[in-house]
Amino acid sequence: MGTAAEPQFHVLAVDDSLVDRKLIERLLKISSYQVTAVDSGSKALEFLGSRGNNGRSSSDPVPSVSPNDHQGVEVNLIITDYCMPGMTGYDLLKKIKESSSLRDIPVVIMSSENVPSRISRCLEEGAEEFILKPVRLSDVNKLRPHMRRTKKLKTHQQEPREDSERHGEIRSQPARQHELEIQQSQHHPSQQVPQHQQQKSSNNNKRKAIDAEEGLSPDRARTRYSGVATF
Amino acid sequence: MEVGQMQRRLAEFTKSMFMEGFLDGQFLQLQQLQDESNPDFVVEVVSLFFQDSEKLLNDLTLALDQQNVDFKRVDAHVHQLKGSSSSIGAQRVKNACVVFRNFCEEQNLEGCMGCLQQVKQEFYLVKNKFDTLFTLEQQIVAAGGSIPAMEITSF
Repeated sequence: MGTAAEPQFHVLAVDDSLVDRKLIERLLKISSYQVTAVDSGSKALEFLGSRGNNGRSSSDPVPSVSPNDHQGVEVNLIITDYCMPGMTGYDLLKKIKESSSLRDIPVVIMSSENVPSRISRCLEEGAEEFILKPVRLSDVNKLRPHMRRTKKLKTHQQEPREDSERHGEIRSQPARQHELEIQQSQHHPSQQVPQHQQQKSSNNNKRKAIDAEEGLSPDRARTRYSGVATF
Repeated sequence: MEVGQMQRRLAEFTKSMFMEGFLDGQFLQLQQLQDESNPDFVVEVVSLFFQDSEKLLNDLTLALDQQNVDFKRVDAHVHQLKGSSSSIGAQRVKNACVVFRNFCEEQNLEGCMGCLQQVKQEFYLVKNKFDTLFTLEQQIVAAGGSIPAMEITSF
C-alpha cells in the first residue's frame, strides 16, 4: 500500500485555440500531470474511443484497436473549452456522460464568458467544475480532488452491482463532493467486494478521514505535489 | 551597455507595459509557467499569439469586406482574438475586442470597421512592445546576465 510508484494522472485537454492549448498544456504539465491536448471535441472522442475499448467487453460498439497498444493510456480527467466550432464543450460533455464506458471520467468546462445559465447547464449535465478563462495555476489546483475521485470510482467499477447507483449519486450532486465521500465511506461495510479490494477501499477512506486534503499516502502525495512546491 | 544597466532598462520597460495597460496580471501567470525545463515558454506562447492574431485580423478584414457581412462570423473571429489576447495578458487588445463584439451584436458595420482599425492598432502596438522586450532579454542573456524576476505584484 502506497509503496508502488503512483502513475501520473492523465488529463485530456480540448481547446480549438492554439494559444490556449499551449497554455493549458503547460499549466497541467507544471502541476505534474500527463497531458494529451487535442483541438476539437471529435478528436477527443476519437482518442477516448480507442482507450474506451481497452479491456472492455466485446459488445462495446466502439471499433477495436488492439488493447495492448493503449495500455496505460487512461484518462483521469477531461478539461474542455466551452465555445468551439462544431462540437461545443457542452456537446462533448453530454456525449461523455451518455456513454457507458466514458461517463466515469470527470469533465471540467472552461469558458471566457461568465454566463450563469451556461454554468448551471454544464453542472447539471455532470461537469465537475466550470473554470473562467484565462486559466490560472490556482484553477488547475482545483482539479486535484476530482482526479482522486476517479481513482476511487475505478476501484468500484470492478463491482458491477454498485455501478448504476453510484453514477446516480454523482450526477445528482456534482458539486457536493464531501458529502458524497461521506456517503461512500458509510456505504462500505455492506459491500460485497473481494477481500483485497475492500481493504484497499477502506484504507482509502480512512486516509481521507484523517487528512481530507491529501487523500493519498504521504509518499505518493509528495511525489505528485513536488512539481507545484516550487511556486 | 553593461549588463546591470540593461537589466534596469528591462525592468523599467516591463513596468511601463503594465502601467500603460498593455499587459495585465495574466502575463505574470505566463512568466510563472516558465522554468529551467521550459525556458522559452513566454516567447513561444506570445509568438503563437502573434501568428494567430495576424491570421484572425486578416480573416476579419476579409469578412467585413463582403457585400453582405456575416456578423456572426465576424463575432466568432473577434471572440477568438479576445480569448487569446486575454490568455497572454494583452489587455488593450482584449478590451478593444470587447467593444468590437458589442458592435457585432448590434450588426453595426461602421462601428465594426472602426473597431477593426482600433484592434489592429492595439495589436501592432503591443507587438512592437513585445519585440523590444524580448530583444532586451536576448541582449542580457547574450551578455551573460540573467533575466531579473518580475517585481511587480500589484497588477
